[in-house]
Amino acid sequence: MNNMIVLPMVIPILTGVVLIFLRSYVKIQRVLSILSIVATIGISIYILNRIQVDGILRLDFGGWLPPYGILFVADSFAMLLVVTTAIITGILLFYAFSSVGKSFENMFFYPFVFFLIAGVNGSFLTGDLFNLFVCFEVMLLSSYVLITLGGRKVQLVESIKYVSINVLSSWFFLVAIAYLYGTVGTLNMAHLSVRIAEVGQGPLLTVISIIFLIVFSLKAGLLLYFWLPGSYSAPPTVVAALFGALLTKVGIYAMFRMFTLIFYHEPGITHKMIGVMAAVTLIGGSIGAIAHNDIRQIVSYNVVIAVGFILVGLAVSTEVAIQGSIYYLIHDMIIKALLFLLAGTMIYLTGTARIEQMSGLIRNYPILGWLFFITMLSLAGIPPLSGFIGKVYVGQGTIEAGAFVLLAIAFISSIFVLYSLLRIFMNCFWGETIINEDDDVPLKKGILIPCVMLGVLTVALGLGAEGIAVYVSDAAHTLMNPEIYIKAVLQDE
Amino acid sequence: METLITILVGVLVTVAVYLLLSRNLVRVILGSAILSHAVHLLLMTMGGLKKGNVPIIGEETGNFTDALPQALILTAIVISFAVTAFLLVLAYRTYKETGSDDLSALRGTEDE
Repeated sequence: MNNMIVLPMVIPILTGVVLIFLRSYVKIQRVLSILSIVATIGISIYILNRIQVDGILRLDFGGWLPPYGILFVADSFAMLLVVTTAIITGILLFYAFSSVGKSFENMFFYPFVFFLIAGVNGSFLTGDLFNLFVCFEVMLLSSYVLITLGGRKVQLVESIKYVSINVLSSWFFLVAIAYLYGTVGTLNMAHLSVRIAEVGQGPLLTVISIIFLIVFSLKAGLLLYFWLPGSYSAPPTVVAALFGALLTKVGIYAMFRMFTLIFYHEPGITHKMIGVMAAVTLIGGSIGAIAHNDIRQIVSYNVVIAVGFILVGLAVSTEVAIQGSIYYLIHDMIIKALLFLLAGTMIYLTGTARIEQMSGLIRNYPILGWLFFITMLSLAGIPPLSGFIGKVYVGQGTIEAGAFVLLAIAFISSIFVLYSLLRIFMNCFWGETIINEDDDVPLKKGILIPCVMLGVLTVALGLGAEGIAVYVSDAAHTLMNPEIYIKAVLQDE
Repeated sequence: METLITILVGVLVTVAVYLLLSRNLVRVILGSAILSHAVHLLLMTMGGLKKGNVPIIGEETGNFTDALPQALILTAIVISFAVTAFLLVLAYRTYKETGSDDLSALRGTEDE
């Protein structure tokens, strides 16, 4: 029953297609989308558990045995991210019900969310480089639509930059694929790994790996993040939260796959480059996060900082550091969704995005205030919350590898994260309230409950880290020992 | 033959980069379209331009043409079509909304 591992991609696609025909029936769209996301969550969790028993699962499409056909491969790392994606999307859908409004729901909002999820899950699951490109494009095209949906001026202007940048990076992706195919003659990731181990990673292959690094850096916002704050602050709250939680993570995932499975022979060049890029990203993100007064910009720059932090783990590439990165990756997907939702809700309540124009929100909306407080602590890595474990493991890994400069930059950046969010907290939640009783916008339950759910999730992930420890250590073990993955893919049934 | 196509790819990329760097939005879109054509040619060339039979299993074997690059290009063409179409619509909407297709006029973010 390996056919199951295609479902996390197929269910969203089918749902999206069906929802297109139900355009005017908003209620049915909502019910169907919740049902299908619940199904996706259930199946993903089931697959994740099966991997612990049966090892890595693979599905050869059309019965073509690897390395000839295209295939899906599900290992713990991929499935952990698929599960997190599905859960977060489910919660964000709830937020969408009460916030995006009828004009969006009638204009194919839900179908495109599902196509986006299909692309994201497909990118996590594919075992073939060209398929990765295709899934990236599925994801990007839906994101183009979601970012422009609504058609406000700022959205259109920002999305031109966003689309152009992504067209260029897709171009580089194809160039890299072409060169790689010309050099090694295969695109199956496991087969690539074998072939490159045979012939050795010479200068030519290292250059190709650096082109891949550039491509994925553009997608993930590692060093090349200049497009990110603008385009992530333009669309409506839910869309921004989806982007902040999912899109950059796909780039990070691809980078982890590439540089642990295929191009791991020259860590002196590629991994050092990743390290330097991560450091610069952390510094640049920190500067951006404290420089702006626009709450959306601050939140977007926090995405950048997290990307840098996660890739510190890849740069040092010890098993502990990779574990830390995976923990932090999952944590970051949850907490970024929450952060974007909170920021969007604050803008919705006050009608402004400038932090100096907000004040005393906690008096009117205490739950919102405390949620923001929890988010802040969690992002900074205060112990019982989910950011802590990731930070500890990444720290331990960098110490093992002796990368003290990276360690220092990574941890100092946490202080900047804390500072940038404290500024929001002090300015917007503390102080005299600006909202008097009369024009107090009531906080809808449909907006508050998803935020609370994400808040509970971050606390649960922090307290119940043992629960996912099995999966994470298995994922890190598989990443650090590529032969496990290769054996699972290339052996015949 | 490979050399010739590679030079053609180079020329296409040059043209595309020139167009991409211009200020007019439509030119940028045309540039991205030409850029994708260049990479499709590159994909084909990197597979090796052999003359051979169609790759059908079971016929008497000669030298086959590698089918993989063609499959890749086919997919990539479809995707680049879609993206170009989207970009054109986006440019039209942006022109309607802002009254300008000059990229330097669209720079920066206004504080609302």
